[in-house]
Amino acid sequence: MTRRFILSSTARIALVLFVSLAAQTAVQAQGRGRPSGPPPTARAAAPIDLTGYWVSVVTMDWNYRMVTPRPGDYEDVPLNAAGIKVMDAWDPAKDEAAGEQCKSYGAPAIMRVPEHLHITWQGDQVMKMETDAGEQTRLFHFVKSDAVQGPRTWQGYSLAEWQIQHRGIDTGGGRPARPGAPVWGNLKVTTTDFKAGYLRKNGIPYSDHAQLVEYYDLLQEGTGYQMLLVTSSVTDPVYLTKTFIVNSNFKRLSSAAGWEPSACSARW
Amino acid sequence: MVANKSQRRIANSVRGMTVAMTLLLTTVALPLRAQSDLSGSWLLQEDEDVMERIAGPVADDFTGIPLNDSGRALGLSYSPSSLSEPERICRQEPLFSNAIGPWNLNIWPQVNPATRQVVAWHLSGTESHSEMTIWMDGRPQPSKDALHLRGGFTTGTWKGDMLIAQSTHLEAGILRRSGAFSSDKTTMTTTFIPHGDLLAAAYIINDPIYLTEPYPYTVTYVRTDRPVGRDWDLCIVGYEGVDEGQVPFYLPGKNPLVGQMKKIYNIPEEASLGGAQTMYPAFRDKLKAQYLKLYSTFPKKCTLYCTTSFGPPPPRKGSGKGSGN
Repeated sequence: MTRRFILSSTARIALVLFVSLAAQTAVQAQGRGRPSGPPPTARAAAPIDLTGYWVSVVTMDWNYRMVTPRPGDYEDVPLNAAGIKVMDAWDPAKDEAAGEQCKSYGAPAIMRVPEHLHITWQGDQVMKMETDAGEQTRLFHFVKSDAVQGPRTWQGYSLAEWQIQHRGIDTGGGRPARPGAPVWGNLKVTTTDFKAGYLRKNGIPYSDHAQLVEYYDLLQEGTGYQMLLVTSSVTDPVYLTKTFIVNSNFKRLSSAAGWEPSACSARW
Repeated sequence: MVANKSQRRIANSVRGMTVAMTLLLTTVALPLRAQSDLSGSWLLQEDEDVMERIAGPVADDFTGIPLNDSGRALGLSYSPSSLSEPERICRQEPLFSNAIGPWNLNIWPQVNPATRQVVAWHLSGTESHSEMTIWMDGRPQPSKDALHLRGGFTTGTWKGDMLIAQSTHLEAGILRRSGAFSSDKTTMTTTFIPHGDLLAAAYIINDPIYLTEPYPYTVTYVRTDRPVGRDWDLCIVGYEGVDEGQVPFYLPGKNPLVGQMKKIYNIPEEASLGGAQTMYPAFRDKLKAQYLKLYSTFPKKCTLYCTTSFGPPPPRKGSGKGSGN
């Protein structure tokens, strides 16, 4: 009698264990499981919507971004001796003569330029970002192309990936997200193969060996203020002593108001 | 009867084991209800706004702050000597100073030992600063009439891997060390965004008293295995040399420090005194003609506040010695 009781109790424990483990597995698998078939396109898989118009909000490094910095001023930038030498030789007239007025609008610098952004989809696997300042276009490729190449451009080649956080959105009060809650995430963009240019208008250089890694995060503030935060890391073995990390803030706009395309300028 | 007692004992212990196992499994499955682990030491990245964070801004630099007329008037009346008064000695160290100071960051969770749930996240830059305690347990807001403290009252929620902290009940304090202040009606949203070993902290300040629109500000850290120091300019209330009854300040139009931005950076007062318009690209159109007219007259080599280290510019071949810092 006692033995039978213990056996049935053991079975009960086993059942609890099984149910608990199955429940955990189900919870952990939330969002990871996909129906069979082709994977969704980058456009369909987007966990956040970056499309639309945005404007720079310049509250930091104002005198290096809103005006042309003083010649020889490289405060905040971990420039090495070779970089200082190049900066000291900066001559905007020479850049103009060479048709290189866009040197301070290349991928590692463009998000720091005070500007409007227009972000759209070009098909299902490429996101397009246009700027009014300098009239630049960046293409974020979600599928790597082997046939990238051709001459280098100011914006180089950008490979993009969604970093999807399946753990979802908290419902408040520190409670964990419910299974099936909406996903959240961010965009990671790695850019290479661009032409050498300037991190700032006054000739602080980056080389064509540099690499740019960016994270695009969408922030919402209680009053409805929506912000795009771009965290940029520039690594350059030629001119920098360490990775150069800066943040650029953009405010969402409801229309194209303020969009004023302007050509690159080597002086302003 | 004896057999029944024995069975009941066994049944009780089995029930206990079942409950214990279930609890154990639950806690193993969800060890902490944090979406990502922010705990540890974080090194400040000094690649932007270094003048703000380390040396201190130029005295009349309010560029890019959406000040209204009251905020601007308060800023222009500010004398740094007021910090020597016992009542104002900690005025530069409100919660927001974690964003604009030169400090690294320690983050640690407060875990309920019984439930293993994170009750709060604690963030601190230095010993003298108010810790930011982000309550995650859904506790209610204090009364609107509750005391405002330097640390304020902050609650947090997760959005994916981002921790979003909402702060209220803040004391008035600095927005920039040049003298831009926020009021005690300020609310602050801080979003902590981890990307591998990078941590971005994005602040958005709302102040109905001194600002006309939200003021965003961002800082980046890199994770480190080493402990980061917390000993820094202790903010201890005490006598600092200002006579009792004296309040150092400047009367309207009498601040002798106004004009520094123009002198050092050729930034006209229209820009240096801030306002929402100075945050946006369109403002550049107002400055362009005036600024570029003078730009050609700038020294060919920067002589003040030019490098990352604030030391004199390094000697350059053929250019002689650097003449300043």
